[in-house]
Amino acid sequence: MDYSIFGLLKNALTGNRLWAPVWRDPAPKQRYDTLIVGGGGHGLATAYYLAKEHGITDVAVLEKGYIGSGNVGRNTTIIRSNYLLPANTHFYEKSLQLWEGLEQDLNYNAMVSQRGVLNLFHSDAQRDAYARRGNAMRLAGVDADLLDAVTVRAMVPGIEMQDARFPVKGGLLQQRGGTVRHDAVAWGYARAADRRGADILQNTEVTGIRVEAGRVLGVETTRGFIGARRIGLAAAGHSSRVAAMAGLRLPIESHVLQAFVSEAVKPLLDTVVTFGAGHFYVSQSDKGGLVFGGDIDGYNSYAQRGSLPVVEEVMECAVTLFPAFSRLRYLRQWGGVMDMSMDGSPIIDRTPVEGLFLNCGWCYGGFKATPASGWCFAHTIATGQPHPLNAAFRLDRFATGAVLDEKGAGARPNLH
Amino acid sequence: MSAQRWRLGEGGLIDRSRVLPFRFDERLLHGHPGDTLASALLANGVRLVGRSFKYHRPRGILSAGPEEPNALVELRGGARREPNTRATQVELFEGLEARSQNRWPSLGFDLGAVNGVLAPMIGAGFYYKTFMWPAAFWEKLYEPLIRRAAGLGRAPQAADPDRYERAHAHCDVLVIGAGPAGLMAALAAGRAGARVLLVEEDAALGGRLLSEAEEVDGRPGAEWAGAVEAELADMPRLRILRRTSAFALLDGGVVAAVERVADHLPEPPAHLPRQRSWKIVARRIVLAAGAIERPVVFGGNDRPGVMLAGAVRSYLNRHAVLPGRRAVVFTVGDDGWRSVADLLRGGAQIDAVVDARAEVPPEQAQLAARHGLRLVAGGRVTGTQGGRHLTAVRFADAAGREEGVGADLLAVSGGWNPSLHLACHLGNRPRWDAAIHAFVPGELPPGLVVAGAAAGRFSTHAALADGAATGLAAAQACGFDAAAPEIPRAEDAPRDAVPLFHVPGGRGKAFVDLQHDVTDADIALAHREGFRAAEHAKRYTTLGMATDQGKTAGVNGLAILARLAGQAISEVGTTTHRPPWTPVAIGAVAGPHRGRHFRPARHTPLHDWAAANGASFVEAGLWYRAQWYARPGEAGWRDSVDREVLAVRNAVGVCDVSTLGKIEVAGPGAAALLDLVYANTISTLAVGRLRYGLMLREDGFVMDDGTVARLAEDRFFVTTTTANAGAVLQHLEYCHQVLRPALDVSLLSVTDAWAQLSVAGPRARDLLAAVLDPGPDLSNAALPHMAWIAVRLGGVPCRLYRLSFSGELAYELGVPADYAEAAMRRIMERGASFGVTPYGTEALGVLRIEKGHPAGGELNGQTTARDLGLGRLVSTRKDCIGRRLAERPALTDPARPVLVGLKPADGRTPIRAGSHLLEPGVAAVTANGLGHVTSACFSPTLGMPIALALLSDGTARLGQRIRVFDPLRGGDLEAEICPPVFVDPQGERSRG
Ligand SMILES: Cc1cc2nc3c(=O)[nH]c(=O)nc-3n(C[C@H](O)[C@H](O)[C@H](O)COP(=O)(O)OP(=O)(O)OC[C@H]3O[C@@H](n4cnc5c(N)ncnc54)[C@H](O)[C@@H]3O)c2cc1C
Repeated sequence: MDYSIFGLLKNALTGNRLWAPVWRDPAPKQRYDTLIVGGGGHGLATAYYLAKEHGITDVAVLEKGYIGSGNVGRNTTIIRSNYLLPANTHFYEKSLQLWEGLEQDLNYNAMVSQRGVLNLFHSDAQRDAYARRGNAMRLAGVDADLLDAVTVRAMVPGIEMQDARFPVKGGLLQQRGGTVRHDAVAWGYARAADRRGADILQNTEVTGIRVEAGRVLGVETTRGFIGARRIGLAAAGHSSRVAAMAGLRLPIESHVLQAFVSEAVKPLLDTVVTFGAGHFYVSQSDKGGLVFGGDIDGYNSYAQRGSLPVVEEVMECAVTLFPAFSRLRYLRQWGGVMDMSMDGSPIIDRTPVEGLFLNCGWCYGGFKATPASGWCFAHTIATGQPHPLNAAFRLDRFATGAVLDEKGAGARPNLH
Repeated sequence: MSAQRWRLGEGGLIDRSRVLPFRFDERLLHGHPGDTLASALLANGVRLVGRSFKYHRPRGILSAGPEEPNALVELRGGARREPNTRATQVELFEGLEARSQNRWPSLGFDLGAVNGVLAPMIGAGFYYKTFMWPAAFWEKLYEPLIRRAAGLGRAPQAADPDRYERAHAHCDVLVIGAGPAGLMAALAAGRAGARVLLVEEDAALGGRLLSEAEEVDGRPGAEWAGAVEAELADMPRLRILRRTSAFALLDGGVVAAVERVADHLPEPPAHLPRQRSWKIVARRIVLAAGAIERPVVFGGNDRPGVMLAGAVRSYLNRHAVLPGRRAVVFTVGDDGWRSVADLLRGGAQIDAVVDARAEVPPEQAQLAARHGLRLVAGGRVTGTQGGRHLTAVRFADAAGREEGVGADLLAVSGGWNPSLHLACHLGNRPRWDAAIHAFVPGELPPGLVVAGAAAGRFSTHAALADGAATGLAAAQACGFDAAAPEIPRAEDAPRDAVPLFHVPGGRGKAFVDLQHDVTDADIALAHREGFRAAEHAKRYTTLGMATDQGKTAGVNGLAILARLAGQAISEVGTTTHRPPWTPVAIGAVAGPHRGRHFRPARHTPLHDWAAANGASFVEAGLWYRAQWYARPGEAGWRDSVDREVLAVRNAVGVCDVSTLGKIEVAGPGAAALLDLVYANTISTLAVGRLRYGLMLREDGFVMDDGTVARLAEDRFFVTTTTANAGAVLQHLEYCHQVLRPALDVSLLSVTDAWAQLSVAGPRARDLLAAVLDPGPDLSNAALPHMAWIAVRLGGVPCRLYRLSFSGELAYELGVPADYAEAAMRRIMERGASFGVTPYGTEALGVLRIEKGHPAGGELNGQTTARDLGLGRLVSTRKDCIGRRLAERPALTDPARPVLVGLKPADGRTPIRAGSHLLEPGVAAVTANGLGHVTSACFSPTLGMPIALALLSDGTARLGQRIRVFDPLRGGDLEAEICPPVFVDPQGERSRG
């Protein structure tokens, strides 16, 4: 059934007994045309766009736990397209445009909230680097504004502007950026993909990839072998492990990224703000909690938890930027495993194994990419060719040197 | 004067000799030391203390501890306001002010309660199904409405005036919790001689003993705890941290804790922080955190007056407060009967005891008979009545016959959940124990043991015995030993109970998560819609996501899910216990590192001199650097900077460049190591000479530049940029320790040992001759460009490096840091006749742009040596880090942007760094972008703005025009493309 206010009303009058499962729970078939490994945002979006854009519906999404159990359900929900390098700007702008129409497209309210993303700067050099990025966005047709300190102060009242170790000099604002309710993205895509015929198979862990004569034949899973002509890998933090099942070694390291949420308070912050003098960013969820995070912990790990030094650093940044946050309490901290690529940009590409496609390298910024990633990955799988939007996200770019290093940090995944 | 009408005439651990006035919602009330805000409110008959999150239902006090979901208040006011503070954990102090929250216009009459009527429409996840049309309305209408309705208390609006500290502790045995188990553990480990840290969340030690009317060793439990405390206090190697919550277990045996040093006072005294965050590194940890009582989910279970049975005992026994006069007790087993006994002793009338067990043990049946209590065996509470607080309870007997009785208190005992949170922080999963109907710790993290109720062993005797055993074992594991302490006599009664989590089909909403207003119907809806995994149900309904993190809700939610799925609870799985155990102030974890103390401030040895001479300072990493030196009469910074630049070009200037990274590389392998890390060859450098050095990253892009001076055959002095000082040292260490461990080299940062003064300008040599102790030959022949010599200044050994960043005849004078200020004074004195002028980083920047030297804007990690015109520096005769990858096609692509200079076509309009470059006349779109401006300034030497830029086909375009486009700042001009060196392109001056 379509969701609407009328549906809510009707169900309210009938004791809410008529609601159906948001997605089916089918038994796995022996064979599908296309398998997607990983029921995170990207995998589910891929299944949806395979059906919607390419009419491919003989698809199963294989998820080892419950859908959304990975990073799509543990990120800090920020979306934006404020990138410097053309390949990234265009891709993330496509994503932002898909976000803008997502709810109507999926008939699911993921609470896309374009409340603005403000990157603060604290020095002339930082201002110029942001200006370079903002101008690149403008050339790409993306909204960007460079704010001075006075405007920042008016826009975000709680920021300490002056009495600071690194006073705020201004900020780069993307007004169309914002936040999205993360779980709802997984559920919305799952429901929409399911409605178009894709099977969502939870508790189905891929344990092997069967390759013969350089071609994929299917996957071994905890629920038996499932055959397929094409397989798309979208396992995010576990990409290296899954790809290794097909004999591939990826230019990816797995790192932990932590995040935090505070007790719910009445609205006090209407914008996403990132600190330019430390690793910290924050927004306030619709429920009232401040959602914030910082940098990755910096060591390789598959554990979904981090260490105390990063917790301390994030809190230091929080009270330095917003001195009134000091007495608010945080109530939960968690971590996710990030697929950090060697240049900080993603990979959506074919692989040397025929029929095997790869989607990974999202670092800590892949949530905002979800719609475009699914859209481009579906295109790549369906046509066997990358779309111009993901043509630069090649697996072999580290060999050619055509890297997409937004920050100029080099092949140091713990610095991206 | 005190109208504490619900205060018992005697008993309790309160100090009746003192009366503490306080205010709740402006009302003046009174309590005693030893009260919590919750107990004081109850003593004054205040039952309604808050409104719920979604339906704005009246809510009272459910518990007496950290699990409290309802009684959240805004504590204190102004900049010290603390929203969402649990009244059950606030120690009462004189003048305390608290306000109820999330209600409008008042707590008694809250318009938000209309949401209750809409409940069928706004159940779990309703928002995912609506508010979609039209799309633009989300940000403008729906979301602001939702945001305003959501949230609990109000954050303070001003900076926190209090101080916070951080502390570190190391111990052999960390005992978490000072109930009977924790006290015994500390005693056992302490007597064995181990270094023990005992942390307790409460202000007083004793745990449940403070709340129960039971004896230990023949005396009241609290008294026994006091005696143990006295013994512990005498142990020199044992430390007690009270008011301290251990809130996270991290890898490596690290426990994070927060000590509420002054929260029980009106304001922290001047010498104390408000809170202190502890990082505790323990060899062994005994988790003795007790257990939390579980409510039962039934219709109307949220009315003020419905209270956990154990909390009822806390209020009676610890605080001498009668939480109700007409009570009904609803219990799933033996435990609730303790509340029956205590309530009777406190003088309450008990109208019914509803025991879920079909057969009630004889002593309890006799107790009921003795007092003429109505005993409903096999019973269930099915509903409650009341407006702002409870007036009646409905229950059904074993045969399903329903009836109601008047009551102002319903004590509920649904069994106990061990507080095993910390044991699960490292990813360990708890295990369902069917015997006690609760989760108990499963496999434990290394070094941690669980004792007493936290391990599911609930009797006091079991806790004492467990504590003694685990405490001793922990001490033994650390190499200490002693006889096991004697276990004091204590109750060891069985805890018989039936598993009852939920009474379906009752009247009214049955809440699972009280704070988030999640009902049994919400969980049923989640199940119906396919959100059947524990995590899905949690996220869909928000169960367990409130400030209490589901301490009273979690297991009941799982039980309801399990029933819906026809599974055992153990099959449904659990959600994850994550830190913190209890919400922690952000400021406490930040400690003192905030505001101006956010990061350390580094000052050069000349900082004070510069400050005294009119310098403005700018942050450069952790450093503060002199940016320019204003002189009287100068209208703005540009005047100062222009003057400083011209002084260097025409006379002589002196600049503090001490912030450059300085590293000594010494040992027989030094030259080989430097050949590896620098793209150009260093090993051929003669002693006494300098060389510009360019460093590549492993991936072939430029990492940093600087100079290398050969001090001796096996000793080099290397400088780095200010920004990369740390990174370069790290890189050198990595290359040495990981890539070339066999090389005999040592690396030493000498950044702080040497002040470095750049002396630049046509009169530089004259100035130095006047300043240095007589002797050295500074002539071109004796000290040519890119050479260095040892000199003395006032007898102090210094080094003079001849090198130029500005393009002028220039030197860097290295002075031992302690003598820097004296050297500077002498330079200023003796240089006056040469027109010596101190200059700051702005002028330094202008000089290097005029000279076309790459710096921050160009060394941005995205450029190659060739891009910067430094390609010829990369030696082809030796290998170096980055050389291979620098040969990749995309790095050698001739179309890559290269460094050029720009001058505005009109000779006037400033160019801004960050502008993009376009062919004039073409559309301003990405595809037409040709590069960007990397650095820009006004050149007083040329009398016009100039810039450096990276431009595709830059060399071929020299002399052409380019559009400099800066839409962000409204800039759009044409510029002439020129070589990047604006001053003295032949480099004659620096060699002069
Ligand atoms: C703390 C944190 C904050 C973040 N903040 C942001 C942010 O603000 N903005 C932003 O844009 N991005 C953010 N990110 C990054 C973003 O969440 C991820 O890049 C993105 O979610 C990854 O794509 P995904 O949703 O498909 O991944 P996931 O949700 O992780 O999906 C991968 C799935 O693959 C499954 N899987 C793995 N192995 C197997 C197997 N063998 N068989 C079957 N299934 C398997 C996993 O269980 C998982 O469900 C953040 C990440 C974290 C951890």
